[in-house]
Amino acid sequence: MGYTGPLADKDRIFTNVYGFQSADLKAAQARGDWDNTAALIALGPDKIIDEIKASGLRGRGGAGFPTGMKWSFMPKEPKPGKPNFLVINADESEPGSCKDREILRHDPHKLVEGALIAGFAMRARASYIYVRGEFIEEAAALERAVKEAYAAGLLGKNAAGSGYDFDLFVHRGAGAYICGEETAMLESLEGKQGRPRLKPPFPAGAGLYGCPTTVNNVESIAVVPTILRRGASWFAGFGNPKNEGTKLFQISGHVNTPCVVEETMSISFRELIERHAGGIRGGWDNLLAVIPGGSSVPLVPAAEIMDAPMDFDGLKALGSGLGTAAIIVMDKSTDIVRAISRISYFYKHESCGQCTPCREGTGWMWRIMERLRDGDASVDMIDRLHDVTKQVEGHTICALGDAAAWPIQGLIRHFRPELERRIAERNGGGMLEAAE
Amino acid sequence: MPKVTVDGQELEVPAGATVLQACELAGKEIPRFCYHERLSIAGNCRMCLVEVAPGPPKPQASCALPAADNQVIRTDTAMVKKAREGVMEFLLINHPLDCPICDQGGECDLQDQAMAYGRSMSRFDENKRSVDDKYMGPIIKTAMTRCIQCTRCVRFAEEVAGTPEVGLLYRGEDLQITAYLERALTSELSGNLADLCPVGALLQKPQIFEMRPWELRKVPGIDVMDAVGSNIRFDTRGPQVMRILPRINEDVNEEWISDKTRHHADALVRNRLDRPWVRVEGKLQATDWAEALQIFADKLEGAGSDVAAIAGDLLDAETMFAAGKLLEGQGSTLLEGRQGGMDYDVSSLAAVAFNSTIAGIETADVILLVGSNPRWEAPLVNTRIHKAVRRGGAQVFAIGPMLDLAYPVTNIGDDLSLLGSLPQHVLDAFAGAQRPAVIVGPGGLAAGALGASLSLAASFNLVRDGWNGFNVIHTAASRMAGLLLGWAQKGGLADIEAASPKLVLLLGADEVAPTRFPGAFKIYIGHHGDAGARHADLVLPAAAYTEKHGTYVNLEGRVQRGEKASFPPGEAREDWTIFRAVSDLVGRALPFDRFDQLRAAMIAQVPELGREGLIDLPWSPPSLAEAATGSVTLPIKNFYLTNAIARSSPTMHRCSEELVEGRTFAEAAE
Repeated sequence: MGYTGPLADKDRIFTNVYGFQSADLKAAQARGDWDNTAALIALGPDKIIDEIKASGLRGRGGAGFPTGMKWSFMPKEPKPGKPNFLVINADESEPGSCKDREILRHDPHKLVEGALIAGFAMRARASYIYVRGEFIEEAAALERAVKEAYAAGLLGKNAAGSGYDFDLFVHRGAGAYICGEETAMLESLEGKQGRPRLKPPFPAGAGLYGCPTTVNNVESIAVVPTILRRGASWFAGFGNPKNEGTKLFQISGHVNTPCVVEETMSISFRELIERHAGGIRGGWDNLLAVIPGGSSVPLVPAAEIMDAPMDFDGLKALGSGLGTAAIIVMDKSTDIVRAISRISYFYKHESCGQCTPCREGTGWMWRIMERLRDGDASVDMIDRLHDVTKQVEGHTICALGDAAAWPIQGLIRHFRPELERRIAERNGGGMLEAAE
Repeated sequence: MPKVTVDGQELEVPAGATVLQACELAGKEIPRFCYHERLSIAGNCRMCLVEVAPGPPKPQASCALPAADNQVIRTDTAMVKKAREGVMEFLLINHPLDCPICDQGGECDLQDQAMAYGRSMSRFDENKRSVDDKYMGPIIKTAMTRCIQCTRCVRFAEEVAGTPEVGLLYRGEDLQITAYLERALTSELSGNLADLCPVGALLQKPQIFEMRPWELRKVPGIDVMDAVGSNIRFDTRGPQVMRILPRINEDVNEEWISDKTRHHADALVRNRLDRPWVRVEGKLQATDWAEALQIFADKLEGAGSDVAAIAGDLLDAETMFAAGKLLEGQGSTLLEGRQGGMDYDVSSLAAVAFNSTIAGIETADVILLVGSNPRWEAPLVNTRIHKAVRRGGAQVFAIGPMLDLAYPVTNIGDDLSLLGSLPQHVLDAFAGAQRPAVIVGPGGLAAGALGASLSLAASFNLVRDGWNGFNVIHTAASRMAGLLLGWAQKGGLADIEAASPKLVLLLGADEVAPTRFPGAFKIYIGHHGDAGARHADLVLPAAAYTEKHGTYVNLEGRVQRGEKASFPPGEAREDWTIFRAVSDLVGRALPFDRFDQLRAAMIAQVPELGREGLIDLPWSPPSLAEAATGSVTLPIKNFYLTNAIARSSPTMHRCSEELVEGRTFAEAAE
C-alpha cells in the first residue's frame, strides 16, 4: 500500500494550478520546469519509457491505460516518409472535467516540456496539441508558452540543447465532444469531419496521416518531466498498487468549496471532500450520489462512495470508474432523474452519427429519460430503457455509445424505486388496482 | 494464409481477408448494409457483428476485422443474434416503414434483413425523425427519411466516380446525406448510387413509381451505348423494357454502368419507326411492307453492284453479316462503318484494339491519353484509369483539350506534333514505368495520330512480357465486329463516295451527313426516327438492340452476346429478316431462314465470333506514316446525346440540358 494522502505541498507536481504565479517561461523555470531538460533526454528513449513504466503512470484521460506501455508500441525506427507523431489531447469536453484547462492556463510549460520528452521517448518528429475549440484563453496561453519555448531554443532544431529536433504545433478544435476520442481527433487534425476511425489499425500502427501516432492526455504528458526528475519510485510511492501517483481531482456540485486539487491517488472520498471541498453541502447525511469520473461513468450512491478509495480499481469495484477524476457531487436536493436525463441529452447532442447504435440509440434513450423524468411512462419502460442501453453498449465504433449508456445503467441500478415512484405518482398517486 | 474456424468449420482464407469474407467463404451469410466489396470499409452500420475469439467479450464488426490465424468465429450464437436484432431495431425506429409506397420494396436490403432480424412490434413510442429530401439532379430521386446513413453513396462518389459531391451534414441523429449545395451530381455514373443504396433513399428518378420488381422478367443483354460492351440486364414488363441494370462482369463493367446505358430505356418506346415509309415528292408517306420491299428490290436490281451499305454505331454482328451477304450477292464490297469519315489503318486489328484489356488498365503505372476523353467515350474505362491513379498511384498525361476526367491529369498540350517530341518529364516517366500505356481516343484517330502513337509503342516498349500497353478507344459498339466482318474501306467513307453508288443502305447510320451521296437512293433501315430517317428515300423499320439476339465485340476484342428482351413495335421487324426477304425478291435468296442459321453462317465465315470471350489479336502493328500535327477535336460533344436512341430519350435530354448546357431546374415541392 502506498501513501494515500494527504499530499504534502513539496510533492505537488502542479505548483501553479491556481495561477497565483505567472505562467510565463521565467516563472515556470523558477518553479523548476525546463531545468536541464537535455539531461533527461540524454537518458535515451528506452530508459525514459522504462522510468514511466516503473512509475505506474496510467493515462489520465479516463481509460487509465498504462502510459509507458502505450509509448512502447511505437516503432523504434520510423520508416522514411512515415515519421512518428505525438498527439496531445487537450480537447477536454467531458462534463465535470476541468483539469487540463488549468494546466493550459497556468502551467503550460509543464506540458510543453513533457511533449518534448515524451516525443523524444517515442521517436516522434513532432507533436500536435489539439485544444478544445471553446478554450480561447487556454489556447492563447499555450500558444504563448510554445512561442516562448521556440524563442528560448527549447523547441525546434536541437531542442533544449539535447541535439534532438522537435516541433510542436497547437491546433484548435471546433467544439465537438467526439473529437476528444483519439481517432476522431486524428480525423479532425487531418481536416476531416470528426468521426472515430475503425480499430484496428490502432494509431500506433497508422494514425495521423497514416503515420504511427500516440495520443495522450494533457495531464499524462505534463507529469512526465517531474516523474523523471524525482524518480519513478517517488511517483509510485503514492496510491494503491496499480493506481500509483498523484492526480488532479476536480470537485464540482453540492460541496461547499468546489475546486481542482492535486492529491494522491487512492485517497478516500471522505478525506478528499473534507480536506479540499469544505464538506458536502448540508452535511454527509445530505449526500445523495456521486458521479466520480465525469459524466460518462455510472453514478455511485452515497453509502457506497463515502469511504471508497478514489482510484481506477477502487471505483471499478463499485461499478463505476475514475475516468478523469471529475467528481460531481449531488446532494438530496438533486432531481437525479433530471440530472441523468440532461447527461443523456448531452450524448445525444454530441453523437457523431456515424454508427447505427449510437446515432439512433442516444436519441431514443434521451427521449425515454425525459418521459421517466416526468413519470410519463410505464414500469416496463424502465426495462426497455435498460435493454436499449445494453443494445448500444459495446456495439459501437468508439466508446461514446458506452458513455451514453453507463449513466443510465447506473441510475436504473441504484434509483429504480425513484423511477417507479414517479410513474406511480403520475398515474394516480399509487399503484393502480386491476379491474375485476 | 490464416487458418480460421467459422462455426466449427476450419478453413484457410486468403491473406488480407476480413472476418466477413472468411464467413462468406465458409458459406455463412452475414447481414450488412454499409459494407460493399468494391468500396472502402466504413464499418458504421454494425449489422455484420460476429463473435470472435480471441478478442474482447463483445461482438465485433466482421467487415472491418482482419482474419487472423487461429481465430474462432461464431456467427450463430445468441449474443450475435441479439446484437444484430438490436442494430436492426435501431435502424428501424426512425425508418418510415413506408414499404408499400417505396420503389425499393421487393429488392430492399433493409426489408429483407428485417425479415430475419426484425421484431414483429416496435418498442419505439416516440415521434419518428423526418428528413428533407435533397436535390441530386436528373437521375437520382431522394427520399431521405428512409436513409440509414450507410455512406455507400458517399464512398462511391468519391472512390469510384471520382466526383466527391455527396457528403454528410450535421451529426448524431440529425446526420443527413446531401449533394454538394444540393446541385445536380456531375457524374455520368450517378445511377449507380441508387443501385448501391440498400434502402429506398436514393432511387432512379426517371423510373419512379413505374414498376415493382416482382413484375419484371429479366433478360441478359449487352450495352451498345459505347464500345465497352457493359453487361446489362433488361427488366421487361409485357412488351416493354422498363429498366436496365448492370450485370456483374469483373472483366468489363464490374457492377457499374453509365447513366446513358441505364436511362436510355425510356427511348425504346418513343420516336420509334413502326411502319415503312417511302418518300413521294419530297415527303415521307406511310406504306406497307409489300410495297416497301418491292421498292427495295427494284432499287437493288437497278443498282446492280453500285450499292453501298453503311453500318450505324449500335449494330450487332449478325445484322452486319446479313447485310454484307446481300451486297455480296450484288457483287459489291462497299461496306463501311465509320460514319464520321475516319480512315485509320485497319490492316491489323490489334493496332486498333484496347490491348491492355479494361481490367488490365487498372494495373498501368504511366498512361498517355492521345486525343481522348475516356470519361465520355467509355465511362467504365475511365473508372479503371481512376482506379489505377487512386490505388496504384499511376501518372496520367494527356494530349488534347483540357478536360476534367475525375482524376489528376497532366495535360501537356493540344498539338499532336508533341507525339514526336514529348517533354522530358513524360519521357522519364515512361522510361521508369513497369506497365506503361498509351490510349488513343477517337479524337486522336480522326486527327491521324495512330501512326505516331504506334511508333511510341515501339520506342516506349509498350508491348512486353505479359503486357500490351497500346490501346485504342472506340465509341461505336459495332466497330470491332464491323472490322472483323470487313466493314471498312481503305479511305473510309470517302472511298464509298468516290465509287458513287446508286443505292446506299443506311443501317441505323444516323451520323452520316445528309449532304453525302446526293445522287443515290438512300434506304434507312433502323429503329428510331432520327437523322438518318429524315433524309432517306425509303425507311424500313427494324429492331432496336433490345429486340434481337446479337453478337457484339467490344473495344478490347471481347465477343459477347445479348439476348432478345422484347419484340419490335408495330410492323417493325428484325433487320436480318428484311435482307432475307428482299434477297428472295431479287432471286438470290440468302442461305439462312432462321436466326440460328444466320449466326452459324456468320461463325463459319468469322470463327472468332463464335467464341464468347477475348479474341486473340496477334500484335503485328502496321508501319504507318508517323507525322501527326494539329490540334485534336473530340468527336463527342454531348455525352448524353450520342446516338439515335439517346436522342429520343426524354431523360437523356433532361441530363443534357442540366449537366451539359448548365440549365438549372427548380423542383416542384411535393
